[in-house]
Amino acid sequence: MNIAALASVSLQRQSSALRVWRGSCQADVWLAAAREVAEGGGRLVSLWGCDRRDGAGSGHFIVSAALATGDGLLCLELPLTADNLIYPDLTPHFACAPRLQRTIYEMLGLDAEGATDFRFWLNHGDWPGDYFPLRREASAREDLSGHEVVDYPFIAVEGDGVHEIPVGPVHAGIIEPGHFRFSIVGEKILRLEERLGYKHKGIDKRFETMPPLQGHRLAGRVSGDTTVAYAWAYCMALESATGIEVPRRALALRALMLERERIANHLGDLGALGNDAAFALGLAQFMRLKEDWLRLNDRLFGHRLMMDCVVPGGTEADLDAEGVVALLAQCNAIECEVRALRDLYDEHAGLQDRFIACGRVTPKLAARLGLTGMAGRASGIAVDLRADFPVPPYADPEVRMATHRNGDVAARVIVRFDEIVESLRLIRHWAAALPEGPIRAEMACPQAGFGIGWVEGWRGEVMVALEIDCGRIRRCHCHDPSWQNWPVLEHAVIGDIVPDFPLINKSFNLSYAGHDR
Amino acid sequence: MWKILHRIAKTGIVSEPSPALDDGGAECTQIGAELLTILGRALTIREVDAGSCNGCELEIHALNNPYYNLEGYGIKFVASPRHADMLLVTGPVSRHMAFALRRTWEATPDPKLVVAVGDCGRDGGPFGEGYASLGGVDKVIPVDVVVSGCPPRPVELLRGILAAVRRRSP
Ligand code: SF4
Repeated sequence: MNIAALASVSLQRQSSALRVWRGSCQADVWLAAAREVAEGGGRLVSLWGCDRRDGAGSGHFIVSAALATGDGLLCLELPLTADNLIYPDLTPHFACAPRLQRTIYEMLGLDAEGATDFRFWLNHGDWPGDYFPLRREASAREDLSGHEVVDYPFIAVEGDGVHEIPVGPVHAGIIEPGHFRFSIVGEKILRLEERLGYKHKGIDKRFETMPPLQGHRLAGRVSGDTTVAYAWAYCMALESATGIEVPRRALALRALMLERERIANHLGDLGALGNDAAFALGLAQFMRLKEDWLRLNDRLFGHRLMMDCVVPGGTEADLDAEGVVALLAQCNAIECEVRALRDLYDEHAGLQDRFIACGRVTPKLAARLGLTGMAGRASGIAVDLRADFPVPPYADPEVRMATHRNGDVAARVIVRFDEIVESLRLIRHWAAALPEGPIRAEMACPQAGFGIGWVEGWRGEVMVALEIDCGRIRRCHCHDPSWQNWPVLEHAVIGDIVPDFPLINKSFNLSYAGHDR
Repeated sequence: MWKILHRIAKTGIVSEPSPALDDGGAECTQIGAELLTILGRALTIREVDAGSCNGCELEIHALNNPYYNLEGYGIKFVASPRHADMLLVTGPVSRHMAFALRRTWEATPDPKLVVAVGDCGRDGGPFGEGYASLGGVDKVIPVDVVVSGCPPRPVELLRGILAAVRRRSP
């Protein structure tokens, strides 16, 4: 890890195939390192706090930043002293920082010095502002009733003919809850402000009650559509903390499931995008393919969404020869169908008219705002952990990253189509040559340790930071790429018309559950 | 255009039962027929996500795919609780969603049915109860039927919907 600001800091490399370094430093070095990473084109993957006080008066609060550099992931910890619970504001360097910082305050009462937005984000007023659930003294069992939801001070747009449309939290469809406040003139969107947090369930606190060997189940339910990526990231963190090696066959199976999850989501979203542009045939066809896909998941792995299929030390289910045959046959069949549907989408003038130039995020804007994952790749941000920092079995074969530069709905559709074909290629490759051997290594619960898991889920990079102390989970932080991309959606819709919002929103399909946690 | 027509013709009708599918296909058809006999009219459902992980939503979406052919039996998801006979509620109820859920329930005309979906809808599931999660749906509104599972498969959801309708049929 080559960062000048960290010359005097000792960094430790995590014991896993993943390129992760960890170190602790003081505020000035912490800020300088973050600035250096930002200037070098790196990104802030996540920012979180932890209460490491031991109850006997020693230990600290910690703020950790996970920074992605060209070398790998740098996890930099900043210990805070009890009489000065502040840390430097990262907003000037990373556009995604403000909401993460607001959340750190709500969870632990730690303040970003210099930040300007103090509105509560995940706490809607249902519990007192000075109740910090992730502090050790909070039990999560307190009686918090009797608190009224407070009005959220949205930023108002003023001017001739400007009016507001509030939408949500309950939407007119089978959609997760969240609130959108549009300021519009005529039909044109001048400004969108999101309000999220409705699904906040206190997962981070819940982790403290889970045995470490069971935590993958909860991690796999942070965002159900990304369950494989989360469970894998959790297991990766736990396995690095323990230092055990996962059998090669299990790694191949995990990757196979991760790619199946990617394809399932792309199939569903491509159908829904057709539907949002009034092409119902697209929905019916893609939903049919997705159902076939999920049924085979059920048959092969015992669960349609593959929940709890990735477990500490390996995987739950194995693939037999018959399963491999079924899997390969389905890959071929789906590929034919997807190619045919792609032709239909490409040639349908009405669809293309709705897709092209809609919800555009230019590469420049994407870089400035830190757009990540699949949506980032559709805006020229060529980042994909599977290609950049491949862990086995990803280097073989190498992942051909799908990118586009237009950054509109059409580009996100193209990237999704390309990613389906690429994932099919990977699945076929691994399935045809599954390494022999066990699918699970014996694992004992570690007494103490720290590990990070970092996985390219279908939406973007999922990160799990796990801290174990006295055989229990002290802190498990699960980060969803939606944290990065929700703020970008506010920009993507500017200048478009309100009826295009569902289409634009769907083209990103960000997670409410994964964000609200 | 003709490519589209070709695709429609080539796909044919995939709605169950199909002999090749061992996934409760025949059962879906039977449940659908029974719903039709009991109700004798369309059933309208308002889905409310009160804090799920979104896994349950994926399976509720799947109910709408051509295999289950829900609308063919006159079961329809509607956009407003005022048009709904039934609320299909997922998730542990997050503290933030309790108010919206209660309001949605109040806006649904009587006699209304409530189906709580998933282990989370049943009792909070893996999220349990805490400072931000209230637990099962019945903590906030009365529940007629619970469909356990994480998430329940589409056919299990259909069974739950049928069970709720049966309860109210004379
Ligand atoms: S029951 Fe399972 S799938 Fe449904 S919301 Fe709860 S955790 Fe998610």
